[in-house]
Amino acid sequence: MASVPHIAVIGGGSTGTGIARDLAMRGLDVTLVEQGNLTHGTTGRMHGLLHSGGRYAVSDQASATECIEENRVLRDIASHCVEMTGGLFVKRPEDSEEYFQEKLRGCEACDIPAEVVSNSEARAMEPHLAKDVDKAISVPDGAVDPFRLVVANAASAREHGARIETHSTVTDLLVEDGEVVGVEVDHASGSGVRVHGTEGGTEEIRADYVVNATGAWAGRIGDMAGVDIEVRPSKGVMTIMNTRQVDTVINRCRPKGDADIIVPHETTAILGTTDEEVEDPEDYPEEQWEVDMMIDTLSELVPMLADARTIRSFWGVRPLYEPPDVGSTDPTDITRDYFLLDHEERDDLHGMTSIVGGKFTTYRMMGEEISDHVCAQFGIDADCRTAEVPLPGSEDFSVLRDYMDEFGLRSPIGRRSVERLGSRADEVLKTSEPNPTVCECEGVTRAEIQDAIEGSGSDLNAVRIRTRASMGNCQGGFCCHRMASELHGEYDEQTTRAAWDELLQERWKGQRHALWGEQLSQAMLNYALHATTQNRDRDPADGEPVDFAAFDGGSGQAGGPARSGVATDGGDDGGD
Amino acid sequence: MAIESEVLVVGGGLAGLTGALSAARAGADVRLVSYKQSTLRNASGLVDVLGYTPDGDGPLVDPYAAIPDLPERHPYRTVGVDGVREAMALFDDVAPDYRGGHTDANALLPTHGGTIKPTARYPAGASAGLASDDRDVLLVGIAGMVDFDATHAAAHLEAAGVPFDVRGVTIEFPGTLDAKAKVTRYAKLLDTNGKVAVRGRERPARDALAERVNTELAGEGRVGFPAVLGDDDAAGVRAALRERLGADVFEVPMGPPSLPGLRLEDALFAALDEAGASFETGNPVVDYDGDGHIERVYVEKNGAKIPYSADQYVLATGGLVGKGVESDREAVYEPIFDCHVPHAADRYDWFDTEAFGDHAFARFGVSTDDDLRPEDAGGNVEFENLRAAGAVLGGYDFAAEKSGSGVSIATGYAAGRTAAQEAR
Repeated sequence: MASVPHIAVIGGGSTGTGIARDLAMRGLDVTLVEQGNLTHGTTGRMHGLLHSGGRYAVSDQASATECIEENRVLRDIASHCVEMTGGLFVKRPEDSEEYFQEKLRGCEACDIPAEVVSNSEARAMEPHLAKDVDKAISVPDGAVDPFRLVVANAASAREHGARIETHSTVTDLLVEDGEVVGVEVDHASGSGVRVHGTEGGTEEIRADYVVNATGAWAGRIGDMAGVDIEVRPSKGVMTIMNTRQVDTVINRCRPKGDADIIVPHETTAILGTTDEEVEDPEDYPEEQWEVDMMIDTLSELVPMLADARTIRSFWGVRPLYEPPDVGSTDPTDITRDYFLLDHEERDDLHGMTSIVGGKFTTYRMMGEEISDHVCAQFGIDADCRTAEVPLPGSEDFSVLRDYMDEFGLRSPIGRRSVERLGSRADEVLKTSEPNPTVCECEGVTRAEIQDAIEGSGSDLNAVRIRTRASMGNCQGGFCCHRMASELHGEYDEQTTRAAWDELLQERWKGQRHALWGEQLSQAMLNYALHATTQNRDRDPADGEPVDFAAFDGGSGQAGGPARSGVATDGGDDGGD
Repeated sequence: MAIESEVLVVGGGLAGLTGALSAARAGADVRLVSYKQSTLRNASGLVDVLGYTPDGDGPLVDPYAAIPDLPERHPYRTVGVDGVREAMALFDDVAPDYRGGHTDANALLPTHGGTIKPTARYPAGASAGLASDDRDVLLVGIAGMVDFDATHAAAHLEAAGVPFDVRGVTIEFPGTLDAKAKVTRYAKLLDTNGKVAVRGRERPARDALAERVNTELAGEGRVGFPAVLGDDDAAGVRAALRERLGADVFEVPMGPPSLPGLRLEDALFAALDEAGASFETGNPVVDYDGDGHIERVYVEKNGAKIPYSADQYVLATGGLVGKGVESDREAVYEPIFDCHVPHAADRYDWFDTEAFGDHAFARFGVSTDDDLRPEDAGGNVEFENLRAAGAVLGGYDFAAEKSGSGVSIATGYAAGRTAAQEAR
């Protein structure tokens, strides 16, 4: 082999970073480009379910089998990103017994450990289940933090020499003589770890091979080279509750339908979802009825949801794909399997393969398969090691040490920090400086915020997804300005202010779908704190110059400018 | 038998307290009942009248001059410019530790985020921080206190174009306070001038703090601290620091829990006590009797419903934050008397897509006649002896306008005074 091939990977979601890690670990030279933050697309907009495969055990057994295999792998290599909650497929009296039995047989056929539990056993596990549920099937579903997982993959890829460029949009594919030879990217601002406020620019990244891992956006990349990739984006809504009404993943045991899953996730529970085909992965309606349906339908399983507090809703798009000859009309019929589209075989366009379809749970397997494929192009015989080598943070997570005393943290905060950081806890939390809590809802300390800033630059949304700061009950009402202050120092005031505004806007976006009851009160409080107390809505730094001299210059008796000298008696300031 | 009074004020925030004070001063037998902690603990302690017009013009130098041009449904139009002035005069009288009453002009005060905001009255403790003052400023942050980053605030103030040089430093508070000590912990230590350990020696807290700041001072005429400089003896703390620093000392208003907000609440309750009114806190008003005329309300205490009757009632229960206005997925409502709260039927019309957009929810509240009596959807007065004041009123966006305190004071004053007159 003359030299190490250089692979450009487009897409910074789970698949893209999984591929980048795999290829980098096999010794290839990798550059990954992502138009937004890591997880900007579909990965950052999922419900955080680590599938046992039970969900597909009837309709799509190939996917189900992959899920349970990868479920086992991720528990191993990404333990600090996974919470093994277990899952239940709950049958209500009106749900079909036949389907229940089919589900059970399907799990068995796919080697998914499954067990029937009675009404009383199910309600002992989850006391808030409806009293009249029949029974349930228990399966090893879990919850996974997609942000943490993707960041860990990117970090590992970087440790193996990969270059990771976020906020870098592919504007064109470089095609010469019928072969893709690279990508043209537009760096939003600066190159390297994103730097706000410095001039961005266009860069041609030449590569020996290009992997298109952009999911629902794959068609757009295909268009740049004149090849047709018929991804069928399908939107789904997820509604976040402010507490965990359940500690187990709750699925409705019926063939298919909207609003049939509740995933306990960190401090929250996430209700999902819908499945509706859309034209454009970035521009689709987000509607009130979808949120209402989540709450109304899922209260049939967990009645207390009807009156519980939601903190926001968000939508994601699945990058569904089916081979051209299938022609499903209903997106719920489209397989969750993934496909490698080798554009040389398919379109006579050399140098690029797209990967489409698939699921978050099988991201690593997808990465392995496409990395095998890429290596084959160059006759490289290198083994995949991603199923065995733990991700950064999970190396030594088997023994959870008692970090609380060691780092002087209050216990729940210490525990949560260590869970988030896994084996990196030592490295991040060992500081001789004061380490106050910056985000109280999620228990995130300064040391974690600073670590995230080091990893992601001046993008507070990137800091947010790494730490969960601003993602709790108050949705950033109390901590956005604190996070901005943590950024300041490393970055100048103007850069900080831009990142602060971006964070405020992002936090607002999802809350709009939760504006009634407690969360509307919270939104008003946040608005008052930001607008009234801080005057951030009319920030004079963003506006016209102020004629300071026209305003009250002091009464001349209370320490105002008219007074000179220093009072020693408390003076007129007295009394309070 | 009901517990009787001439005027019953429901709500213990700025509007309720002002309402009760003005009714009591007008000679009425007044009782105030309030449920939860008032939202003053969330407030910065600055008392705004009007900083910006609803169109966003500003910062306004003269808030009173802008009132006649406000929308007709704005509470300030209901009480009128003279009403606002009289109310502010009452405030000045009962809050002697506040400054700004010497002029109609707004003051500009630095905020803990580093912006400046227009306000009409400010605590004496904040007065040396006026942004129109051109003396240079040293801002002092405390390492464990994440709500105020002095370096960041200083840079932000410079970006806002303030007419002085401003520098920020972060110090460790002397002694061994917890990394996340509560603001009251700092205040208490400074109030009592308690001993703190500095390099193995016990030192009075005020001296130790001044010594730490002294090494950072480079000739600035004034020094700003986060608002933790004492609670019971705030003036004494400031005076002591001023003497030891040779520079004026001020507090930068902060977010919750806000000591200046709590100090204001204390001052107003003290004034209410002095005015002879009775008050009780901690129990909610849950129900009422009456049709078009409120006979009595019921306060829930330990599960029992206790009747309270009065001739006149003032509703000052707050807005969405104070829970004087509530909502569910279908509707927005006033929970005690079920007064009409105008709102769009579709909840997706309650907000704007931008974080600081034109939010309908910010204007949620009851609408009233010229006498502050809530009206139903048809424009009819709901109860002839009920007046509303403060954030429970709709039709204005206090956050965008910076008018929250002023509206509470002005409408509380008007409602209380009229209630007293009617009750006589």
